[in-house]
Amino acid sequence: MVAINIFISMSRESILKEVKKNQPSLIPLPDVHLPIAVAAGNWIAALKERLELLHVDVHEFANEGAVLHFLKQQNRKNTDRVVTTIPAFQSVATIITSASEDAHTLENVELAIIPAHLGVAENGAMWVTDALIKYRVLPFITQQLAVVVKRNTIVYNMHQAYEKIAGTAYEFGVFIAGPSKTADIEQSLVLGAHGPKGMMVFIVDE
Amino acid sequence: MHTNVTNHADASIDFNLDEARVDWHDKTLWFIREKRDKASHLIPEWEDLREYASQIKNNVLSNLSEYLVQFEEKAKANGVIVHWAADAAEHNKIVHQILKQHQIDRMVKSKSMLTEECGLNEYLEANGVEVIDTDLGERIVQLAKEPPSHIVLPCIHKKKEEIGELFHEHLHTEKGASDPQYLTAAAREHLRETFLTRRAALTGVNFAIAETGEFVICTNEGNADMGAHLADVHIACMGIEKILPKQAHLGVFLRLLARSATGQPITTYSSHFKIPQPHQEVHIVLVDNGRSVHLGKEDFRNALKCIRCAACMNTCPVYRRSGGHSYHNAVAGPIGSILTPNMDMKKNADLPFASTLCGSCSNVCPVKIDIHDQLYKWRQVLMKEGYGPAAKNASMKMMGWVLSSPKLYDFSGKAARWVLRNTPFVVSNKLNPWFKEREMPEAPKESFKEWYLKNRQS
Amino acid sequence: MNVALFIPCYVDQFYPHVAIATLELLEKLGCKVSYPLKQTCCGQPMANSGFAHEADACSQLFAENFAGFDYVVSPSGSCTLHIKHHLHTPAHNPAEQHIRQTVYELTEFLVDVLKVTSLNAKFPHKVGMHQSCHGQRGLHLSQMSELNAANYSKPGSLLDMVADIELIHLDRVDECCGFGGTFCVAEEAVSAKMGKDRVSDHVRHQAEYITGADMSCLMHMEGILKRQKSSTKIIHIAEILNTHNP
Repeated sequence: MVAINIFISMSRESILKEVKKNQPSLIPLPDVHLPIAVAAGNWIAALKERLELLHVDVHEFANEGAVLHFLKQQNRKNTDRVVTTIPAFQSVATIITSASEDAHTLENVELAIIPAHLGVAENGAMWVTDALIKYRVLPFITQQLAVVVKRNTIVYNMHQAYEKIAGTAYEFGVFIAGPSKTADIEQSLVLGAHGPKGMMVFIVDE
Repeated sequence: MHTNVTNHADASIDFNLDEARVDWHDKTLWFIREKRDKASHLIPEWEDLREYASQIKNNVLSNLSEYLVQFEEKAKANGVIVHWAADAAEHNKIVHQILKQHQIDRMVKSKSMLTEECGLNEYLEANGVEVIDTDLGERIVQLAKEPPSHIVLPCIHKKKEEIGELFHEHLHTEKGASDPQYLTAAAREHLRETFLTRRAALTGVNFAIAETGEFVICTNEGNADMGAHLADVHIACMGIEKILPKQAHLGVFLRLLARSATGQPITTYSSHFKIPQPHQEVHIVLVDNGRSVHLGKEDFRNALKCIRCAACMNTCPVYRRSGGHSYHNAVAGPIGSILTPNMDMKKNADLPFASTLCGSCSNVCPVKIDIHDQLYKWRQVLMKEGYGPAAKNASMKMMGWVLSSPKLYDFSGKAARWVLRNTPFVVSNKLNPWFKEREMPEAPKESFKEWYLKNRQS
Repeated sequence: MNVALFIPCYVDQFYPHVAIATLELLEKLGCKVSYPLKQTCCGQPMANSGFAHEADACSQLFAENFAGFDYVVSPSGSCTLHIKHHLHTPAHNPAEQHIRQTVYELTEFLVDVLKVTSLNAKFPHKVGMHQSCHGQRGLHLSQMSELNAANYSKPGSLLDMVADIELIHLDRVDECCGFGGTFCVAEEAVSAKMGKDRVSDHVRHQAEYITGADMSCLMHMEGILKRQKSSTKIIHIAEILNTHNP
């Protein structure tokens, strides 16, 4: 291993030296300033429209209580494993409070209900970090995904999203925009390539 | 790369033997180009976004050495192990070494054009490591023992019936079944089992942020995440040009990438990997493989701005009618034709000529690479360096000589017209490539100059 | 206004009527037109093949021929673009910079310099407009479908001034025809396929004529149309603009 490490560090120096020699003189970074194309009053409508195009089942509710009521009315088999990281849903799902077990045990999760920090109207993406999901693999391994997002966290575009994300602490974060999908076979869209086959988004007022 | 090296023109002849299939290939890719147009037209500030992306990438290339050091420092502080590979061989060795340390001989891999460029799969397989590609399209071409023909849509050249055959053979789907929904479900089952049983996952990297040390991977399928989060060891391989200075710049690039690639507003997943999970090892391999030398070529360096969206392939009228394999490299199409001569001029001397210089590629490029101008410049470099066929050298010398002499020109023109009028069989035959599918122009008795002398100067 | 007529070599030899139409049209519009008799070729065939270094003598001759005019005008977007971007004489002929700045493709000259607003032309036919790439993406004669920007078309605006013409719609408004200079023989398979596809878009939409500002693309498509024994014909835009409306 010692020999290998020396070998590697030599490449580091030689690459950096060559890059430094060959890079052109400094070209300044631009200040990115772009207008937001849609007025704030229309962001929720834009988000809903986008999510529907992404085959996401989207609902607006007053609060988590109303979401719970909706979840209870859904026809779900008793054998379905439903998990959540949101305490309010403990009557319909098993609460996950930490990543205390092997993540592979999540392979039989039918539905995972998780919160998002924010949603992006222009592309339907929900920003989720490990603090909200405990297991990084959870929103991928589950057969169905439900995301709860607060109305006042919706931004219009990615520039605004990163302004909000800047400086927040996360170890892993992901924008999720719809169920897992592929069109690799003759460009035919199929939902559920590896991850969730379906996704719901609940926009709540508070 | 496991393609047989050939030249683009010859490979295109084969590809064009089945015209109906060429039509199908062309239409499929044109459909994606149209989706890209629609998506970009929904963004009023689209052209400004492209300009910002271009400027940010210009800055990256001009300060790359600093950014690489900064990224390494931050990534290390995040608990990631950083490696540097000067070339493909070193990259492959590093990956193998990491696996050996953990006694791992089976690995999942999500899409990484860099590992295609480095021939990693072949190397690992020769060393007893099984690699399973988890992107559906990549898995399909892997089962078919073919290289990907497109960097975003690896099996765009394959028909669903052929995929059905492959799956029947390897995944035991019903014989004759070709429904994409059914085939995808079969692949899902097969790969889920794989994800759950592999201890190592290799991924590519779309963007690496110098400011934070995080790296971002974009997929629609979620295969990179399924692999990486379930594995004990996550190896992320990236070309050194993938750096972005700041996290905020992701706002620009994530708005451009998927819209340019497939017309989606964003990929389903844009995953930001910063700090490894407890009990997990994350490695980043920074790969040069010719990039630092490429950076020094003023006329060609901005090809290193490429974010691998493949918009230039989808729009390229030549790519659509010759297929990705005709470019005999991991990265095909217009961008491949300006990247690959940097690696091997002799082997890739044909590629800058596989273009009409129509310029559509440069217009769709989200980072404004002057692709068609570079194709033109590569032609000059390649011919000057002597990579052209001898016959072409001679005929071009001759043409230059004739066209620099008005008298010789007049004589040759007259002679050519005389031949076409009086002995058309000399040119209208199979030895003349023009004539294969086109009639020769009709030769008039007098040239314009002859007319002009009679009608305007007498 | 002193205009030098720059006629591409293959137009001089094979399509003299296109050159005649260009000359007559410019004269009709009040230009004093000269045709430098020692002109041959712009050097593009060598340059696009990677042999720009073999085109020095050609460039030198071009600069000598076209020195001293207010404008150089050519019925070819491709050759114009080549001169504009690549006319470099070995000894830096003093005329070369002026030529590069004052060389115009015919339709852009009519629109941008002569500012033509009406034409006494008539062409009672269904016509498909082929956007040649070098004119369109190189000289920006028309807006490009890839960009998110306002539409315009210089040749289109001129065709709109022609009486009784019916411009057809195409499925792909600005796809390359596949001519590409030496590409048309070096990459014969793809070139011919591109040409067939481009032609079929026009034929499918009942074009009687395919027109454009570059005879090279039209020559390529003509070869395909004739092989297919199609009734659709090609015609250079100068020939349409030079028709007379009695």
